[in-house]
Amino acid sequence: MTILRHASAIAIKDLRSEFRTKEALNGALSFSIVILLMIAFAFDTGAELVSDYGGGILWLAFTFASALIVNRSFARELPNDCIDVLVSSPASGAALFLGKSIASFLLLVVIESICLPVFGVFFNVTWWRNPSQLALVVLLGSWAMACMGTVFSALTINLRLREVMLPMLMYPMLIPAVLSAMTLTNYLMQPGPLPPDYAQWMRMLVGFDIIFTTLALALVETILVR
Amino acid sequence: MRSKLVMLLGLIGGPLLLRNLYVILFQLPDEMEQGPVYRIFYYHLPAFLTAAACYLSAMICSILYLKSKDAKYDAIALACTETGLAFAAVNLVTGMFWGRISWGIWWAWDPRLTWALICWLVYFGYLMLRKAIDDPTERAKNASALSIFAFVSVAITWKAIEWWRTQHPGPVLSIRTGEQRMDPFMEQMIYMNTVALSLLAAIFILVRLRQEETQREIDALRRYAHAL
Repeated sequence: MTILRHASAIAIKDLRSEFRTKEALNGALSFSIVILLMIAFAFDTGAELVSDYGGGILWLAFTFASALIVNRSFARELPNDCIDVLVSSPASGAALFLGKSIASFLLLVVIESICLPVFGVFFNVTWWRNPSQLALVVLLGSWAMACMGTVFSALTINLRLREVMLPMLMYPMLIPAVLSAMTLTNYLMQPGPLPPDYAQWMRMLVGFDIIFTTLALALVETILVR
Repeated sequence: MRSKLVMLLGLIGGPLLLRNLYVILFQLPDEMEQGPVYRIFYYHLPAFLTAAACYLSAMICSILYLKSKDAKYDAIALACTETGLAFAAVNLVTGMFWGRISWGIWWAWDPRLTWALICWLVYFGYLMLRKAIDDPTERAKNASALSIFAFVSVAITWKAIEWWRTQHPGPVLSIRTGEQRMDPFMEQMIYMNTVALSLLAAIFILVRLRQEETQREIDALRRYAHAL
């Protein structure tokens, strides 16, 4: 499986480069914690409100953090024209996309695993009622953000207003996935059995991941070649 | 040739729109529960169907552009997207007026309304992306890729009235439900107005296409002059 070998090499390169500088990681982590703080200041953090809107608050922070992470995904290849070398390397566009998506996904998971306990402390929420289900939702939601974000990072790499255009294009497209993840997280934080539409939202999240990963793999070569 | 086609479409579409307006206002009876306000529906649904057809055409042209690299397809995709956005705005605004009268609020965060708005925002992003790229080839390539991604949101909006049973009325057309849920004459009027609005959309697309082609010629001349 050459594509997987190439993808893992690119993912390791990106992670190594990120952990050396920690530019995106530190920025995204502190930004998401600041978002949680701002929401805690702006709204009454009573137990009733948080059990209804906890998922929304959490995913809002994750979504903002994701824009910072994926923005660096292709932007870090711009100095010294590294992107041209990567595109002309034997690795296919699909392998490049997969590798960069995996690296962004892992960075997002790191941020989320730090933000979750912080969210629990700030808002006094028992978020670990269904740990395995919650982990699944977090992983699926993070993959949606990493996958879409990487595609839009590639689309906006040469734009003058890249930092503005990336979230402007990415957020509306991400809404189905983020909305599903928010709703599922809300359900998982509430006591009692899961509601009947839980499966419907889960199908939506899984469907989003499958459809957009497939589309991205099919189109990324076209987007990258100049 | 294209001017004649625009004229022909106008000659068919204009009288048809006026005839439909007359029938909707003066010949069709009021709906039993909603009263006269239901007439907005004859523009609300056909506007969405027309917008969806424009978005579908834009996606097909984008795929054709990526396959052939023929700039003509990119220009058609742009014209279709802009026209689709205009009709999607008609769909949203007419829905808001209907909601104000029937529900007492301008906007409900109902999933079906929300998806229609998301869809509009996604295509608005398409136009923003085009504005942000200077190189014509790069612009056409990236916009084509985005148009293909964006069509997923149209598919979700299309299915939203079946997936979420909420405040927004469910599907009523017999071609979609498989049963007659509304008076056949009223349903026929929806199709007639969809045809009329589609003809209007075709005129908009052709006119916008001519503008775009002229703009591209001017840009090419400007580049040529600059090179000299």
